[in-house]
Amino acid sequence: MASLVGSRVERKEDKRFLTGKGRYTSDINIANQTYAVFIRSPHARAKIKKIDTSKALKASGVVDILTGEHIAKDKIGGLIAGWAIRSEDGSEMKCPPNPPLAKDNANFVGDPVAVVFAETLDEAKTAAELVKVDYKVLKAVSNLADTMNSEAIHEGIDKNLCYDWLLGDRQKVKEAFDKADKIIKLDIINNRLIPNAMEPRACVVDYNTASEEITCYTTSQNPHLSRLIMSAFGGVAPENKLRVVAPDVGGGFGSKINLYNEEIVCSWASKKIERPIKWVAERTESFLTDTHGRDHITHAELAVTNDGKFLGFKNETIANLGAYARVFGTVTPTYLFGPCATGVYVMPAAYSNVKAVYTNTAPVDAYRGAGRPEATYTIERIVDKAATELGMDPIEIRMKNFPTEFPFKQTLVHQVDSGDYAAGLNKAKEMADYDGFAARKKASESKGKLRGIGVTTYFEACGIAPSPVVMMLGCGVGLWESAEVRFNPTGQVTVYTGSHSHGQSHQTTFAQITADELGVPIENIDIVHGDTDKGTFGMGTYGSRSLTVGGIAIVNACKKIITKGKKIAAKMLEASEEDVEFKNGEFVVAKSNKKKTIGEVAFASYLPGVRDEVKSPLPEGEEPGLVESSFFDPANFSFPAGSHICEVEIDPETGDVKLDKYTAVDDFGTIVNPLIVEGQVHGGLAQGIGQALHENAQYDESGQLITASYMDYTMPRADNFPEFNIGFTCTKATTNPLGVKGCGEAGTIAATPTVMNAVINALGGEEISLPATAEKVWKACKSAKKTDAKAA
Amino acid sequence: MKTFNYHSAKDVKEASKLASSSSAFLAGGMTTIPSMKLGLATYKNIIDIKGIKKLSGIKVSGKAVTIGATTKHAEVANSKEIKKAIPSLAALAEGIGDPQVRNRGTIGGSIANNDPAADYPSACIALNAVIHTNSRKIDAEKFFKGMFETVLKSGEIIEAIEFQVPQKSNYQKFPNPASRYAIVGVYVAKHKNGINVAVTGAKSCVYNDKDLAKTLSSNFSAASINNVRVSSSGMNSDIHASAEYRANMVKVFAKKAVEAC
Ligand SMILES: Cc1cc2nc3c(=O)[nH]c(=O)nc-3n(C[C@H](O)[C@H](O)[C@H](O)COP(=O)(O)OP(=O)(O)OC[C@H]3O[C@@H](n4cnc5c(N)ncnc54)[C@H](O)[C@@H]3O)c2cc1C
Repeated sequence: MASLVGSRVERKEDKRFLTGKGRYTSDINIANQTYAVFIRSPHARAKIKKIDTSKALKASGVVDILTGEHIAKDKIGGLIAGWAIRSEDGSEMKCPPNPPLAKDNANFVGDPVAVVFAETLDEAKTAAELVKVDYKVLKAVSNLADTMNSEAIHEGIDKNLCYDWLLGDRQKVKEAFDKADKIIKLDIINNRLIPNAMEPRACVVDYNTASEEITCYTTSQNPHLSRLIMSAFGGVAPENKLRVVAPDVGGGFGSKINLYNEEIVCSWASKKIERPIKWVAERTESFLTDTHGRDHITHAELAVTNDGKFLGFKNETIANLGAYARVFGTVTPTYLFGPCATGVYVMPAAYSNVKAVYTNTAPVDAYRGAGRPEATYTIERIVDKAATELGMDPIEIRMKNFPTEFPFKQTLVHQVDSGDYAAGLNKAKEMADYDGFAARKKASESKGKLRGIGVTTYFEACGIAPSPVVMMLGCGVGLWESAEVRFNPTGQVTVYTGSHSHGQSHQTTFAQITADELGVPIENIDIVHGDTDKGTFGMGTYGSRSLTVGGIAIVNACKKIITKGKKIAAKMLEASEEDVEFKNGEFVVAKSNKKKTIGEVAFASYLPGVRDEVKSPLPEGEEPGLVESSFFDPANFSFPAGSHICEVEIDPETGDVKLDKYTAVDDFGTIVNPLIVEGQVHGGLAQGIGQALHENAQYDESGQLITASYMDYTMPRADNFPEFNIGFTCTKATTNPLGVKGCGEAGTIAATPTVMNAVINALGGEEISLPATAEKVWKACKSAKKTDAKAA
Repeated sequence: MKTFNYHSAKDVKEASKLASSSSAFLAGGMTTIPSMKLGLATYKNIIDIKGIKKLSGIKVSGKAVTIGATTKHAEVANSKEIKKAIPSLAALAEGIGDPQVRNRGTIGGSIANNDPAADYPSACIALNAVIHTNSRKIDAEKFFKGMFETVLKSGEIIEAIEFQVPQKSNYQKFPNPASRYAIVGVYVAKHKNGINVAVTGAKSCVYNDKDLAKTLSSNFSAASINNVRVSSSGMNSDIHASAEYRANMVKVFAKKAVEAC
């Protein structure tokens, strides 16, 4: 059997998803269900003086109305930050309580304060309008730059500061800067984004009054974690009485990592009202309450020599946490951000200092790339600026500062196991026809257009493991992953994984690696995920960790199957175990034609005997059955890297930016399925380009989200993109047996600076903030023209 | 969405009779239904006029193109006759929203709604349209009153829109990146009896830019527009475009339209 790893196997998921047979949470209906509608604060910051539900309770079809008072009375816990971060001065971070229903204070527009359950959705909505909430409106803190000088939102949290974190060595940086020929300075804003998963959040909860079990179907990237938090922190029910199922999930991008208010409330209330409950977010609710991404203000400095060698780097950032600290909210702007801010370069000295603050806006958490896009944007923009100021070619300055030996000890935290950054950049340069740019620029200019080229080289740290390291850095849980591989007696295989697929095609990729390990046809392999009642505890999918951590757990469980299978085959073939070799699905005795297929061995393991004789195929002491599980905790993060190059053409009359060419060359180590990986790169690029040119979540001064619909929030569309030109280089990861690296976030991480470098290049170095919308670019064109005129 | 009564009118008379201050006609529903779902509008009665045969269809003569009120954007975009008579009008329809919207939304609904950023109102102004209702004929110049406001009275139904076939014309739109409505749309039409430069998206209501029209009357060229000053006063300003930017885009898109005429 030919190896499936590396081949473009068509997705097993396609038929289901493309023919509308997916089964999403909102497709689930339970007999006798009630419908939940949440009453949300229309104010960004307000005291809740009184909630009057008397009129609403009498409305038609209303089953019950619950508020923060009920939550408090039942001692239901709130939402939590998953990572504890310490400030530079050693003090612990400060986190406010985040009750599932706000009781005393509402802290952002959309913060839920009460919930109505009714027989129909219409009745629930009508009753919700009758609930009277008496607010005392307070002045909102919505301007990130002013946050620390504003009134404290949360009691006891001075300056609205969660932590003031430092990674690196200020003294060493100072010394490096003292030696520099030139200091490059850059002020940037990493704009806030709304993840916009295609499927809005939802949950359907069923409480069984006899078994006292709660089943919560929900839109989650990590159902086991949700159950753990709901049980251990929410106190909703013990884990064994709580089942969390995340069926088909239509995209997450990080916004479905968190356990949300609605899931806790509906799970708790289902038991209270003894009725099933269904809640499905409307798109406006998604805009207002899904965790948002990015939102940094950064000042960075790079110390260089005249010939373009980097001596030191510093990064001072204010990161917006929104109203509350959530699961990855506190780590995203620290350990997922700071270490990557020195990029793919040898940087003798560096530090990252991050002040994370609370504002009256939706909570900010991991969004595709989480911290690494912000880091890459910072370093890649300042490196380009350095090239411009030193009069160097952007490729030349990068090449000059690449590490040449691996493992590469990156300045701040990471020991990068493998890579070849120059190989990637050379390949990208060739694929993008970098040398032909000057001619294309001329051609554009002859049409009255401006043309710019942008380069980014990046590495990122994903996989987000091993456990001892992440727990040392403050993570509240270990970030291993689990798998269980089960042979059925008749030879098919079911794989249970703790990873969760919400668009990543695990059913195909994981089946490919299983097929290769076990020599079983891919059609006979099923992947099961997303149900806490099926399979072992799993940590879920985020941080591009599914294959590098979850996939390897599968490989290791398969290896255990082979070990046991060998013992059984040896006994069946009357050979010694050392003489049995496993290849292509068969156990073969060396130098003989004696063999058993793995299917025969599986069958024998479940039916260990024969008629008329007491005889077992199982060696002495071996148990029947062929089922193995594994928990995999890798030795290190995974470090994909790459080089992206793009070209934009600008119409100076309108400021419209046309993305004309985009080349991405990535090193993801071994590629299991190029078709799927290319899809991941495409999606990532779309989101990264979206940040550069289109998307921008904006709050006004009073804390109202003014981009709360697709009329105002610019989601990129297919016609905004050119054909992507995608290539790969490969240096295998040394920290897992497949040699794989994460690929899910790379596109998002690299695309934003690549596009902005191109836009700024077209503008002749004129700085412009994210996103490069037509009006901003138009203004920049005008001011560039003025400077040109002055210079001439 | 609040509950409401749904009527399917068999003819214009019945539809008109059912109308009141708390009713809406349902044509494509592309404006009415989203506003009801968002709670921005509530109606007691929804009067569906899609079933009224007389209101739909395209008629083209040498001098005029007449389009029935419930004719869908996609039908206008794909009409061979319109493409021949007034290609810019078919192109305008092709640029509205997305395929779903074009396969539902209607020309009558669009002009009755008079969204400041809608495309069709500019065509009405530029192409000297006459709006035929169940009780009168209204010149386009008088039809659009203000933001989301027309001279239509309660119970008055648009039956058809009659466009004058110009000598040449073109519509150029700078779409809002999010909604794809017009940030600025400029419709230039040269008729035997004069030139119109209809502008949508820029102000609270579509208007005929008389300065631009006058300049083009003496010299129908993009270059002549360079010397016109378009003032930003009274122009819309929002997160996507400031008034100053819009004013400039009016000029830029007028030039593009003239060039493409
Ligand atoms: C996603 C989206 C994108 C869009 N993009 C664009 C765009 O780019 N450009 C653009 O111009 N428009 C756009 N639209 C609006 C679209 O063109 C609508 O179809 C149009 O505005 C309303 O037409 P309708 O037939 O759907 O009207 P309806 O929603 O059915 O009715 C709208 C109003 O018009 C009244 N009405 C309808 N027909 C008549 C009639 N015959 N006589 C009197 N009154 C009547 C109704 O009473 C109601 O008040 C978009 C809409 C959506 C949803």
